[in-house]
Amino acid sequence: MAYLQLRGIEKIFGEHKVIKGIDLTVNQGEFVVFVGPSGCGKSTLLRLIAGLENIDGGSLHLDGRDITHQPSSKRDLAMVFQSYALYPHMSVFENMSFALKLAKADPGVIQEKVGRAAKILNLTQYLDRTPKELSGGQRQRVAIGRAIVRAPKVFLFDEPLSNLDAALRGQTRIEIAKLHRDLGATTIYVTHDQVEAMTLADRVVVLRDGQIEQVGTPLELYDRPANQFVAQFIGTPQMNVVAAANVPSLATQSGLTIPAGGFVGLRPENVSLVPGGSGQFQAKVELVEALGAETLIYVSTEQGAQLVARQTSRTDLDVGANVGVQIDASTAHIFDAQGRVAAIH
Amino acid sequence: MTQIQKNLAIQTLRTAFAWLVTLLLFFPLGWLILTAFKTELQAISVPPLLIFTPTLENFSIVQDRSDYLLYAQNSLITSVASTLLGLALAFPAAYSMAFFRSKHTKDILMWMLSTKMMPAVGALVPIYVLAQTSGLLDSRTGLVIVFTLSNLPIMVWMLYSHFKDIPNEILEASRMDGATLWQEFRHVLLPLTMGGLASTGLLCLVLSWNEAFWSLNLSAAKSGTLATLIASYSSPEGLFWAKLSAASFMAIGPIVVFGWFSQKQLVQGLTFGAVK
Repeated sequence: MAYLQLRGIEKIFGEHKVIKGIDLTVNQGEFVVFVGPSGCGKSTLLRLIAGLENIDGGSLHLDGRDITHQPSSKRDLAMVFQSYALYPHMSVFENMSFALKLAKADPGVIQEKVGRAAKILNLTQYLDRTPKELSGGQRQRVAIGRAIVRAPKVFLFDEPLSNLDAALRGQTRIEIAKLHRDLGATTIYVTHDQVEAMTLADRVVVLRDGQIEQVGTPLELYDRPANQFVAQFIGTPQMNVVAAANVPSLATQSGLTIPAGGFVGLRPENVSLVPGGSGQFQAKVELVEALGAETLIYVSTEQGAQLVARQTSRTDLDVGANVGVQIDASTAHIFDAQGRVAAIH
Repeated sequence: MTQIQKNLAIQTLRTAFAWLVTLLLFFPLGWLILTAFKTELQAISVPPLLIFTPTLENFSIVQDRSDYLLYAQNSLITSVASTLLGLALAFPAAYSMAFFRSKHTKDILMWMLSTKMMPAVGALVPIYVLAQTSGLLDSRTGLVIVFTLSNLPIMVWMLYSHFKDIPNEILEASRMDGATLWQEFRHVLLPLTMGGLASTGLLCLVLSWNEAFWSLNLSAAKSGTLATLIASYSSPEGLFWAKLSAASFMAIGPIVVFGWFSQKQLVQGLTFGAVK
C-alpha cells in the first residue's frame, strides 16, 4: 500500500536543480534508507519531505493526503536531526513532551507517553536533566524519544549516528533496528554510510546527483546493481571494476559478450588467489590487510589491473609475491562503456 | 628579588594603574557631584574647595525654575517607547536575517551599520523640515521616531548576533513538533534569546536617555528631555556651575543607577558572540 508517495519531486537552489524529479513510493511500516555520496541530495530530499524546504516541482502525498505545500507543523512527521537539535532550555521531559504540549494533550496522557518512551530508551532517570548534562549517546536517545512520543505517521532520520563514536554508533544502530521492529513505524533514514543502509533498510534508495540510481532491498543492490555506480557504492571493499580490455581471457573463457569499451565488475570475495603460474592471470601482491576474520589482498595483474581479493582464511603471502588470479566468470558483472549494466550472472 | 616578590610588584603596579585610569574617568563625574552641592560662590572659588558644607539649594532652584519632573517624564517616556518600538521592529528583521539568510543579508547589515557612520548633523535639515511639516516638532512622538530610527541599526546588529548563535535546527525541530510561528517564538526563540533581548533593550534605553543632539534640535519646552534641561543651564545669562551641576546630576542620576544594576547584562550583550 502506498503510504508516502513522491511524484516528480524537484528542488532548485538558485540556478541549480539539486533534486531532479524523484518518484518513490514508501509503504506503511517500511524502513527506507536514502544513501549516496555527499552532495547527492539525500538530506535535501528528506528536508523536502519534512517540509523544511519548499518543493519546487512534483507532489507529495501522505496517507492519501496532498501535503506538497503543507507547513512542517501540519504534516505529522517527526524528525531526528544530525545535531539532535534538542531544546537547550528544557529538561529531557520537556523536550520529549513539547509536541504533545503544543497539541494540548492531557497532562496525564503526556506523563504516560513520555514515561513509556523514556523506559524504552533507558532515559527514565534523566528526565529532569537538561541536554547539556547528558552524554552524546543520551542526547541522541532523547532526540529519538522526542520523535517516538508523538507517534507520527513517518519518522525521518537525518544522519542520526554521525556524531557518535564508532562503538556507540554500532550499538545505537542495533537499537534503532530493534525500535523499528517493535514500533513498526514507517521510517525514512538518511545516511552516507552504506553499512547502516545495508543493516537497517527494508529498501535502500541509492541517490546520486539529485537522481535515484536504484531502489531495492540491500541484497538486491549487492547482487544485482543496476549500474557501475551502485555496484561500487554498495559493498566494502568496493567491487573491482576493470576495463574489459585488461581481462580478455575472461571473456574468451566464459563466453561472455562484453560491449566495446565495457567493464567487468568482480566482488572481492569472487576473486581467488592461487599459486603463481596457475590461474587465469598472473599478478603481484601489493598490500595485505589482515583483519582477523577476513584478509584483504591487493594485487596488480600483468595487464595493469588493480584487484582486491577477500578471503576468510589467513595468508602467508608477502608484498611482492607472485600469485595467480582465479575468477569465477559466472559471478562477473558486465557494464557497458557508460557504466550501465550489460549482463548479470 | 625572588619570583614571588617580582609577581607582587607587578601586581601592585597593575592595580595602581587600574586605579589611575578609573579615577581619571570618574573625575569629571565626581567633580560634578561635588559642585552640585556647593553654592555658586564655592563652585568658582580658586583653589577649588574640597571641604565645604553641602547644600541642597541648587536642586530646589532647578526644580522651581524649570519643572524637573516634566523633563524626567519626557526622558522616561521617549526612551522606553523608542526601546519598545525599536525591539518590535528589530526583532523580526534580525530573525529573518539570521534564520532565512540570503545572498545579500551581509550587505544589508553593512548598509544599516554604515548609516551610523554618517554624522547626525548631516540629516538635521531634512529631518527638521520633516518634523516641522508633519507637526511633530517638539512632540514626544517625533522624538520617539527619531530615537528609534537612530538606534535601529545597532539593535538589529545586536539581536542578529544573538540569533546567529542559535542553531537553525532547533527552530526546525520545533516546527516538526508542530509549533506555529508564534509558538516557535514564544516557547523556543524567546527563552533562548532572553539575555540578548534584555541587553539590547537596556543599551537602547541608555542611548535614548543620553541622546542630546536630536532632543536639543527637535524639542523645546513641551517635549524636552533631561538633556535639554542640562543645556538650558548654559544660557546667555552666564554659567551657573552649581546649578548646571545640580541639573546634570538629576539628569544622569537615574540612568547611572540603572546602568549600575544592569552592567552585567550590558557587557554580556555587547561582547556576546565575540568571545565564544
